[in-house]
Amino acid sequence: MSIFDYFLSNKPSSASLAKERLQVIVAHERVKRKSPSYLPQMQQEIIEVIKKYIAIDEDQVTVSLDNDDNHSILELNVTLPDK
Amino acid sequence: MAEIIVVTSGKGGVGKTTTSAAIGSGLAIRGHKTVIIDFDVGLRNLDLIMGCERRVVYDFVNVLNQEANLNQALIKDKRNPNLYILPASQTRDKDALTQEGVQTVLNELSESFEYIICDSPAGIEKGAQMALYYADQAIVVTNPEVSSVRDSDRILGILQSKSLRAETGAEPVKEHLLLTRYNPARVEDGEMLSVEDVVEILAIPLVGVIPESEAVLKASNQGEPVIFDESADAGQAYSDTVARLLGEEVDFRFLEAGKKGFLKRLLGAR
Repeated sequence: MSIFDYFLSNKPSSASLAKERLQVIVAHERVKRKSPSYLPQMQQEIIEVIKKYIAIDEDQVTVSLDNDDNHSILELNVTLPDK
Repeated sequence: MAEIIVVTSGKGGVGKTTTSAAIGSGLAIRGHKTVIIDFDVGLRNLDLIMGCERRVVYDFVNVLNQEANLNQALIKDKRNPNLYILPASQTRDKDALTQEGVQTVLNELSESFEYIICDSPAGIEKGAQMALYYADQAIVVTNPEVSSVRDSDRILGILQSKSLRAETGAEPVKEHLLLTRYNPARVEDGEMLSVEDVVEILAIPLVGVIPESEAVLKASNQGEPVIFDESADAGQAYSDTVARLLGEEVDFRFLEAGKKGFLKRLLGAR
């Protein structure tokens, strides 16, 4: 980088952009990797049940499973539509 | 018992075979009886990098199918008496590898070798999984570039779930990060991920950093592993890596760009 570039731009470097993107995607993929293989199907079935009663979009439901040392937490997050 | 080390990466073209050849040769130079196995059945290349392509008669798959014995298939390196190569088959595909067959070959090699280096094919399919299944240690070859880092993380996940050690709950496979094609000048200019960035993301111990070097292409052109080129930066960096693998503490070299003159820097010339 020359001195001219230095004064002309204050954009973050492409390397720091790469690092940021990698941190997000790698963290995301690690969580997915650790979750059991039945999770996607279970999520789908939960969505079907909720849909029977409330009109929701599929992407407004998130299901996650966290494992601690001696217990697991199944977290279900549904964003209900405005009335 | 031999120590089984897999050289793996997920992504192709990052330097697995170059690394297998260099590390295997380095261990042999230091007096350890070493064999390098090419697991890339169907796309063998280790023989070319090692410069023994015209001496291949029998291969790994012949041994697995008991069409030849190990002594017929092993190629003795001409440079170092401690070094042997077991080439992959060029005519078969990865399905020729079976878990039992690979185990039998590794057990037999374990009786007479100290180190077995498994040169993994790219990808995360059967060939790559076979190469890492029996590993005690893994060298994860990574370029400072987004797709390579992501694939390395993926292969780490497989090492932690689908290796024999993971499946039997034994002590986990010992993981080492090897960063290759590193260009310190571009790192300093903010155009390339730094060593620290990659270590932070993958969170495994660093065993070596190999600078991007003309010596690597020259070495493969000549069929002589780059570690034999003692004057080359890449050759020296691989020697340091081998020392670290053997438990020595060696300072990292080639992490900084050569000093540029003030004027050059001002004008942005490289």
